[in-house]
Amino acid sequence: MSVQAAVDKLKAKFGETVLETIEFRGETTVVVKKEEIVAVCTFLKEDVGFNFLTDLCGVDYMGQTPRFMVVYQLYNIGTHTRLRVKAPVEESDTTIDTVSGVWATANWLERECWDLMGITFNNHPDPRRILLPADWEGHPLRKDYPVQGPDREPYQGRLQ
Amino acid sequence: MGVEETLGNNIITTSLDTIVNWSRARSLWPLTFGLACCAIEMMATGAARFDLDRFGVLFRASPRQADVIIIAGTVTKKMVPVIQTVYEQMPEPRYVIAMGACACSGGVFDTYSTVQGVDEILPVDVYVPGCPPRPEGLLYGIMKLQEKIMKERNSFGAVIGVGERING
Repeated sequence: MSVQAAVDKLKAKFGETVLETIEFRGETTVVVKKEEIVAVCTFLKEDVGFNFLTDLCGVDYMGQTPRFMVVYQLYNIGTHTRLRVKAPVEESDTTIDTVSGVWATANWLERECWDLMGITFNNHPDPRRILLPADWEGHPLRKDYPVQGPDREPYQGRLQ
Repeated sequence: MGVEETLGNNIITTSLDTIVNWSRARSLWPLTFGLACCAIEMMATGAARFDLDRFGVLFRASPRQADVIIIAGTVTKKMVPVIQTVYEQMPEPRYVIAMGACACSGGVFDTYSTVQGVDEILPVDVYVPGCPPRPEGLLYGIMKLQEKIMKERNSFGAVIGVGERING
């Protein structure tokens, strides 16, 4: 199944849930509502054949609304096609349902996303930090996190 | 050719401190412990071209058998408890060489996750700057540590329980 056919099938099934479809240089992105993300992902895996989750990450578009996006990079091993799924997440409610029940690899990827970006994944089976020390406070990949950490000033150069 | 005459029944006069210091300085066993790209230079220093073995420097795979830990690379905050544990497992007297810009000062990583110099957590004896330092640089650092060990006083007394070891 081509990517276009997959997107058409997704739209026919979910309709209003698909907010936007973007084509750019041969890459297809669909933006979907976060409330339906598990249903969309289950459909894309079981019925459309995107059986491999290449990557899952969060993006911080600070200054825009909604502020965060959770991005799912999907791959169909059978037909060698790729699809990108995005789900917007508001700053006031940084939660989204886990898809670790769909692709098991999402378990660690979602832990990383929560660790660094601070997006909480509901019903996650193992919601611990994965990269930072367990007692860390804050989420460093957010744009408003100071790069040198909150407890000291950045290096000013040796001539200051 | 070769040794034609043995030393015979000779005597050498020296102080006990000197002979303890000498034996320590000429058999510095570092821990096999690399953290980043500096570890590659450290391996090169140990390998055939630069050959640390000729200084009596042999890498040991266990902290229990090591005298010196070469912090070769970037120290992340998550690595701190590991380094402290390994350091505490080393027997006294123990030495620390901070190898490279990251171990000395954090280097280019002025970031939340990086320790800004390993001297925040361990007592460093020798700093070797460079990014990474060339093997000659690390060799020079090890030789400087040997000089430092040779200047220690009361090394023998500390072994037999009389007073503390005094850094020169």
